[in-house]
Amino acid sequence: MPSDPLVAQHVLEFPGGYTRTTGPVVGRFLSELRARRLVGVRTAEGRVLVPPLEYDPATGEPVTGEYVEVGPAGTVTAWTWVAEPLAAHPLDGPFAWALIELDGADTALVHAVAAENVKAMETGMRVWPVWRDRPTGHITDIEHFAPEVTKIVSPVRAEYRLQAGGSLRVFLEGVARGVLLGGRCERCAKVYVPYRASCPECGGIIADTRELPDTGTITTFAINNLPDPRAPEVPFVSAYILLDGADIPMIALVADVPAHEVRQGMRVKAVWVPESERTASMANIRWFAPTGEPDVELS
Amino acid sequence: MREVAIVAFAQTRHTGHDTGLSEPELILPVINEVKERTGLRRFGFTCSGSCDYLAGAPFSFVSALDALGAWPPISESHVEMDAAWALYEAWVRLQHGDLDSALVYGFGKSSLGDLRTIMTLQLDPYYLAPLGLDQLSYAGLQASALGAEREELAEIVRRSRADGRANPYALDLPDPEGDDGLVAPPVTDGAAAVVLAAGDLATRLTSSPAWISGLAHRIEPHYLGMRDLARSASAADAARAAGVGKGPVEVAELHAQFAHEEIILREALELTGDTVINPSGGPLAANPVMATGLIRIGEAAQRILDGRNHRTVAHAAGGPCLQHNLVTVLEG
Amino acid sequence: MGNRCAVIGVGQTHYTTRRRDVSIAGLVREAAVRALEDAGLTFKDIDAVVIGKAPDLFEGVMMPEAYLADALGAAGKPMMRVHTAGSVGGSTALVGASLVQGGVHDRVLVVAFEKQSESNATWALSTHLPFNASLVVGAGGYFAPHIREYMRRTGAPGHIGTLVAVKDRLNALKNPYAHLRIPGIDQKMVESTPMLWEPIRYLETCPSSDGACAMVLASEPAVTGTPAWVHGTAMRSEPIFRAGRDTVSPQAGKDCAADVYRQAGITDPRRQIDVAEVYVPFSWYEPMWLENLGFCAEGEGWKLTESGATALDGDTPWNASGGVLSSNPIGASGLIRFAEAALQVRGMAGEHQVDGARTALGHAYGGGAQFFAMWIVGREKL
Repeated sequence: MPSDPLVAQHVLEFPGGYTRTTGPVVGRFLSELRARRLVGVRTAEGRVLVPPLEYDPATGEPVTGEYVEVGPAGTVTAWTWVAEPLAAHPLDGPFAWALIELDGADTALVHAVAAENVKAMETGMRVWPVWRDRPTGHITDIEHFAPEVTKIVSPVRAEYRLQAGGSLRVFLEGVARGVLLGGRCERCAKVYVPYRASCPECGGIIADTRELPDTGTITTFAINNLPDPRAPEVPFVSAYILLDGADIPMIALVADVPAHEVRQGMRVKAVWVPESERTASMANIRWFAPTGEPDVELS
Repeated sequence: MREVAIVAFAQTRHTGHDTGLSEPELILPVINEVKERTGLRRFGFTCSGSCDYLAGAPFSFVSALDALGAWPPISESHVEMDAAWALYEAWVRLQHGDLDSALVYGFGKSSLGDLRTIMTLQLDPYYLAPLGLDQLSYAGLQASALGAEREELAEIVRRSRADGRANPYALDLPDPEGDDGLVAPPVTDGAAAVVLAAGDLATRLTSSPAWISGLAHRIEPHYLGMRDLARSASAADAARAAGVGKGPVEVAELHAQFAHEEIILREALELTGDTVINPSGGPLAANPVMATGLIRIGEAAQRILDGRNHRTVAHAAGGPCLQHNLVTVLEG
Repeated sequence: MGNRCAVIGVGQTHYTTRRRDVSIAGLVREAAVRALEDAGLTFKDIDAVVIGKAPDLFEGVMMPEAYLADALGAAGKPMMRVHTAGSVGGSTALVGASLVQGGVHDRVLVVAFEKQSESNATWALSTHLPFNASLVVGAGGYFAPHIREYMRRTGAPGHIGTLVAVKDRLNALKNPYAHLRIPGIDQKMVESTPMLWEPIRYLETCPSSDGACAMVLASEPAVTGTPAWVHGTAMRSEPIFRAGRDTVSPQAGKDCAADVYRQAGITDPRRQIDVAEVYVPFSWYEPMWLENLGFCAEGEGWKLTESGATALDGDTPWNASGGVLSSNPIGASGLIRFAEAALQVRGMAGEHQVDGARTALGHAYGGGAQFFAMWIVGREKL
């Protein structure tokens, strides 16, 4: 456009801005605003006009001289979303213009509402003024309104120092050596894995550990389509695996086989990480993989 | 009410550090001890107290069941409170009349985290917790509201720690050094178990049951600025309801985690100078949180089981600044 | 059983994904005040308060009963906080009832809640501690294998779960408090949703809700309004790591049912129980619990579901309210079952009322299907 010699820009701006006298009513409102108060004026019929006018807009009759403090909060009665604000708009980012009925007022004030997004706006929502740092007696002393505080973010953090002790330490030290340790309750004649200090059935002490093989049978399983920190890729199979010689299954991943080919009764064996990478943790076992043996008949 | 007694009590030798034992491993010996002492293998009802935020994981009580030998399945419940309230729930259950015995236990490992800041999380989540007000600080506010003499407070700490040193289950703590004001209860890991028995069963199990002649608890408003911190109205109410004043109190085991709390509680329970306070050393000598209140009841009961006393009182507390108080009167 | 106990007031909030408009105290008060209004009482008439909820990690408020004491009018009164995993809502009702049955109090307010939207349930439930001896457990990954095993044992056809998913959501359309209200819900819609933890589909799982439920319980002399009489109460727990544990039909569930039936004089649950509110967070747990609770022989649960017997117009309606599959503020879900059972025998269940319901079962379970809480309520005194 600038290339067209017959097109020019024209600015019409009174230098320094217009000076306006406010009269008593608007002046009172703006003076109160400078003191961070919001007032309306009462009409002869008893309605409260905000912002106040010198006359009742319905009848043209003069208002009474009674000023009523309103707000500071109000209710949005209508609103429109501005996705791309103009230079003169009070906010730089997307916001809403709203009609705001301040508490105690019978009319609505027009102002801007800073909302996170258009979904955060709704008629009937409660809004509060956010004040300019240095009010001067201007309608923009209210920078904008903001949705009522309906939530706070509360960081809750507790730190712990945990150690594996007791039977868990015994078990994990076994895992570090590539061995799965269980224990047998002599009274119940049941073999538990991981090794534990007492029998969940009778409460008796389980004194000794015993090594269990890293082979077993899948008793049942789930095909997970939601990722887990330990298994970020879906689908993955988590299975109950009854180690040979144990009486209680362990939960573990099953892989090296398509998820939908996993079966109840399938024979599996642990896949260990190389010895050099082992730590005292279950991460030593990547997962269990099929051995290729015939399935076990489940009862 | 039906006559119910404490017939056995056991507690761990508490430690000031994490020994690495899991919660089931921590409680196993005390469960086995009360089973042996009573000869009971099964109980009509079981109830426990513990706190997820102490353990740093949800459902911290679930695995504890594995220490009980809970097979066949047992009638069991759990309070996310000090186990003193588990004892209350079990006592109420025995009032139904159809069961005669109950197992109560509690456990806590305050070594795992920083109790002082973890206790912030039990505060009002809008006005108090976001301020980061911690356990030592709100206790300080209460101490200030009470305005007790520094020397009186120091003497309570000295006495508690000396008694604790004489108690094989409590921690071996030196007298506090200097004059730092508020002394916090020690980091402690531990567990405790109690067996309740009703009527004839109690007398069959022990020659000197510790009969529960009164048991009551009360809570008061939470916000610290909306109650008189210098008094414990709820402890006083609970004490009256439990009938503390109906007879002389030889010994009182008080769940006072701070010295000034003992002063507030003595007044609330209207204890006289004749009453021996916290001969076990109390929470200032061992504070396995969530078992500490139950241990007060156990210690007070043990003195009757041993024939050392005829009438003792135990107190347990919950919430910030003694918000919630439970009082038990035990008689031989 | 002790003294007689009755439910004389029930209050619920609407269940929804996020209650943005209330504080935690506001949420529990909403249910509590409604329960009191139902009973024609105020906080002044209450002797003690029992509150239950699932892990404190959900809201990040440790032992919130301290903060909630005054919100529930408990100042100067005894207050208890119950936590028994998923069964906690049921246990909360039972602890409250116990206070009345034990002759300790005349009127007890029981409240359970969860405001899951304050955090995220999946996070709160899968906070893994270091040094886990197990390799992995996804959230629904725990229960899916037990469902698979149920299907293998009984030969149940794959569509049974979808039948329950549809039936409970149709019931929810008649319950103004229900969270999931899905117009036009049908088998096709359920089957079109993805498998989350095969064999569990998305619409075969419960939602995550904010909400609270409350009841006023009273001793016989303190009854006001319309009572639902408590005929039996029972809790059972079993260790999760017992070798040989039957995870499909846990013994604790069978024992708990046997205990509560004995107290209530029930020998044939399917015939004698007019309506059951049973904790079914995954659709397949309906046929599984039908067997566990003795409504049919082992292996027959899926046939009962398939026959339509558990529908609102069936001969043994289950979850007329829409159940956990339609509303699931975890800590309150059990109490809602117990409260809905009471509403039914009081004849106050509104559009989802089962005609002439005189005896109802409330059921909750938790942990690895190892904690159980149940009660039987009736229109008449036992």
